Amino acid sequence: MNRFGYTRASDVGEAVHAAANGDAAQFIAGGTNLVDLMKERIAAPSRLIDITRLPLRAVKSLPDGGLEIGALVSNSEVASHPEVVSRYPLLSQAILAGASPQLRNMASTGGNLLQRTRCYYFYDAALPCNKRAPGSGCPARDGVNRIHAILGASEHCIAVHPSDMCVALAALAATVHVTGPAGARAIEFAEFHRLPGDAPERDTTLQPGELVTAVALPREGFAAHSTYLKVRDRHSYAFALVSVAVGLRMVDGTIGEARLALGGVAHKPWRDPTAEALLRGQKPDDALFAAVGEHLVRDARGCGHNDFKIALVRRAVVRALQQAVAGGPRA
Amino acid sequence: MLPGMGDDTCAITLKVNGSTLRLQVAPWTTLLDLLRERLGLTGSKKGCDHGQCGACTVLVDGVRINSCLSLAVMRDGASVTTIEGLAEGDALHPLQQAFIENDAFQCGYCTPGQICSAVGLLAEGHARSDDQIRELMSGNLCRCGAYPNIVAAIGQAMRPRRDA
Repeated sequence: MNRFGYTRASDVGEAVHAAANGDAAQFIAGGTNLVDLMKERIAAPSRLIDITRLPLRAVKSLPDGGLEIGALVSNSEVASHPEVVSRYPLLSQAILAGASPQLRNMASTGGNLLQRTRCYYFYDAALPCNKRAPGSGCPARDGVNRIHAILGASEHCIAVHPSDMCVALAALAATVHVTGPAGARAIEFAEFHRLPGDAPERDTTLQPGELVTAVALPREGFAAHSTYLKVRDRHSYAFALVSVAVGLRMVDGTIGEARLALGGVAHKPWRDPTAEALLRGQKPDDALFAAVGEHLVRDARGCGHNDFKIALVRRAVVRALQQAVAGGPRA
Repeated sequence: MLPGMGDDTCAITLKVNGSTLRLQVAPWTTLLDLLRERLGLTGSKKGCDHGQCGACTVLVDGVRINSCLSLAVMRDGASVTTIEGLAEGDALHPLQQAFIENDAFQCGYCTPGQICSAVGLLAEGHARSDDQIRELMSGNLCRCGAYPNIVAAIGQAMRPRRDA
């Protein structure tokens, strides 16, 4: 690890001010990803701003019927919170499908959004990587790319976002609340993470010095008909090859509203409103589900080792939709 | 910034296995390195040093975490329990006793992390079955493959003892 300065912020304003005053200052909360990146010398902040003492640990009901989760609430606390378990089981399932209990105990809600890709080349400082060293190249395109993106990638980067939690938040259409030097603002979840384009070094649309303060869930949690299906190499404690978050609102046996997001396939949780539109107003049916799976991968491109993900998405989407109609993963 | 904090070292207070300690630490010192290198508590192991193996698992304020990914300075004021702090005098912690009775280790390297993790698992109270024990212990690897006996030991500790 590099040598760095340490500031413990006592309020949000102080944290944002400290970040604005340090060229390479970074916020730290759970540290499960950042400390690891620092050990690998992928990250080398000049100063860490410890935000763990900030008052961002509340889970509270919102006037519009939604639920607000403070940025410092741990992944474990979110997954087992009674309101989340009963009203947003999709979010609870997705969190429990990721990492290990120890990591979930440490990792924060805000930090989960900001974790970096686990692309092997990003993590190997001896090799080029456009995300780590812009302009140096992308060895993954012609390299070992079994875990890489099939949707929304660019010639500059084929990394995937590693989070499970974020796939559920995308399907739930959450809102991310941030505070920065220019004040507070809210970012729709679909706009929070970005595709790599020609600037893969930027994972999100956060501006310099902005701090995530909370994630807000809308009232509709699709509790009766949702599922998080994760396909991976091990049954536990492995990143998704492909994951599918589904939330359905069923009205008299017909799909009234559908939400669907994919993980493990793109630089951000992949949500495609045109696929959701195919489901709206329809009776659940395997042929319809297969058509939705086909539609989702219409522009998918493999790089060789990850070609299998295209067929895997088609099949996982069908199974996830079947599970959601039946009422959840174990129904 | 708090008093006593410079860019080189920071003054922190930690309660470690019941003893309150005042320490000067560099910000880049992990909790694991502090425990092992400064305090001589070498029970917690540096297996992978990347949060993947669980051998460094300790309890901070009763919650199991990977001490290798935790900066000591950020734990100022916390209470840390390591494998060295679980027994009460000569009386082993029920999980330590269960690991012995079930032969839940071979080389023993991962065992302090396994036991601290299992203490955290029992406190969390989410495990009801062997499958759930397996899932909720997946952050602790055992290269000897003692998993069946580890699950049995934790299962035994979860149940009230009939012979007590």
